[in-house]
Amino acid sequence: MDITSLTAIEMREKLKNKEISCREIVKAHLDRIEKLEPEINAFITVSKEEALEAADRVDEKIRNNEELGILAGIPIGIKDNISTKGIRTTCASKILENYIPPFDATIVERIKEEDGIILGKTNMDEFAMGASTESSYFGITKNPIDTTRIPGGSSGGSAAAVKAQEVALALGTDTGGSIREPASYCGIVGIKPSYGLVSRYGVVSMANSLDQAGPFGRNVLDTTLLLQAIAGHDEKDSTSMDLEVVDYLKHVEDHVKGMKIGIIKEYMDADEKVKEKVLNAIKVFEDLGFEIEEVSMPNLQHALACYYIISTAEISTNLSRFDGIRYGYRAEDFKSLDELYKKTRAEGFGHEVKKRIILGTYSLIKDNIDDYYKKALRVRTLIKNDFDKAFQKVNILLSPTTETPAIKIGEATDPVAAGYTLAINIAGVCALSMPCGEVEGLPVGLQLVGDRFKEMDIIKAAFSLEKSLGGVK
Amino acid sequence: MLSKEEVKYLADLAKIHFSVEELDKVTAELSEILEILSEIKEVDTEGVEPTYSISGKVQPLREDVVKPSLPKEEVLKIAPEEQYGYFKLPRIID
Repeated sequence: MDITSLTAIEMREKLKNKEISCREIVKAHLDRIEKLEPEINAFITVSKEEALEAADRVDEKIRNNEELGILAGIPIGIKDNISTKGIRTTCASKILENYIPPFDATIVERIKEEDGIILGKTNMDEFAMGASTESSYFGITKNPIDTTRIPGGSSGGSAAAVKAQEVALALGTDTGGSIREPASYCGIVGIKPSYGLVSRYGVVSMANSLDQAGPFGRNVLDTTLLLQAIAGHDEKDSTSMDLEVVDYLKHVEDHVKGMKIGIIKEYMDADEKVKEKVLNAIKVFEDLGFEIEEVSMPNLQHALACYYIISTAEISTNLSRFDGIRYGYRAEDFKSLDELYKKTRAEGFGHEVKKRIILGTYSLIKDNIDDYYKKALRVRTLIKNDFDKAFQKVNILLSPTTETPAIKIGEATDPVAAGYTLAINIAGVCALSMPCGEVEGLPVGLQLVGDRFKEMDIIKAAFSLEKSLGGVK
Repeated sequence: MLSKEEVKYLADLAKIHFSVEELDKVTAELSEILEILSEIKEVDTEGVEPTYSISGKVQPLREDVVKPSLPKEEVLKIAPEEQYGYFKLPRIID
């Protein structure tokens, strides 16, 4: 039996039934990591010793017949912008190359409480700024399906690790599509939760009003399991909402008949072959009893400008904390405090990060703030209103996740990337990407969007589609 | 659209040093991006309120109770330079 090809839930069940030990599960994945990493480079840090110790603790619990958490024995990868106590957390940046957090992010704490096993920290675009994982200080990650292609980004390491069966599940973060795009390119499932469902405490902020952490898995149920573990209010994150968490796993098979899906008219201009797969999925939804209609959301055309202005403004503020004083890299040879700051940041940040900090500073200065930052916040209201209006008519919105399947390494040359994912973060609603077919051997991602805190709607729909497409893997 | 002097001024505000070549590159790239982003100025937002936070959540208050914080030694361990239990910085007052 190849343990790494089991689903996360199967691993847990076999562990509980004492068919396999946790050490065996972890060992099998560590072996696979050792074998594949020279080619894929999905990890920045593999925490082998810690993982084996955690595995032994779970095996001990089983021997003592103690109650196990819902993630018991499941190998999990953590994006390297999520703080892990005692394990370095670099954000794929030189400025944090040797930073070892003295605390765990709340979502990491929750994974540990549920007996999940953290295998290491995954590669990403530097500070999550990008959509290809090519801007990492630690080298690019390759797509396990075709290693001449990118895995997407910024959570490319997490998506690649899950696809390559180096881990069963992984955490990513999504500010403008950084979970959904790599999920699409790697042919797996990724969920961007509603803003405020998942704690951001210990998740290094990029654009704090847009960022959410979320799960990756190879099928809908596995991915939902990880969402279940991390969702919920955290008093350490004042933007996390104090709501009762839905028992997603219990309701995943609830009836879907009569639910309404709105096809986003403005997002149906993808590559013809991608569109064909998406139209096929729509046909399956129809057969399953969903009602389908087209929805027009005219303000989505402004999502690109709105997103870039708001996110870079927040980036310029959030990244001011990296100053070479309390932690992280500090430049040598400085004569003044000002020089210490400027040299540290010049040497510690990569080009894309610096560019976005400057752009954000541009839209926040006195002369520009009304025309750029505040203007973008008003446009944000218009985009949010489009979603609110749409969700009065339908339960779910649908589009392709990306315009094309995974592109070749080095091919992403647009100065700013638009796509179908940015507006979802602007409106703070939830969305997932799941595979809905292949074009020339490369997976096509379908994006399902739900209203704020209606994750259950999109999970149910995704689960029913996955079953119909025969795609549980 | 953007001059090198402007970028230099912004870089100064953002506490980032740019080499001559980098300044050229960033100026060119940002000019191109700003041209794309400037379409936002044309959007009619007359009477539209800005959305700062999507949840519209009011920041909650809590009781001011003393709780354990991170141990000082552990925090100072990750500082680039420390002395006498403090972060060490260059002299800022002559």
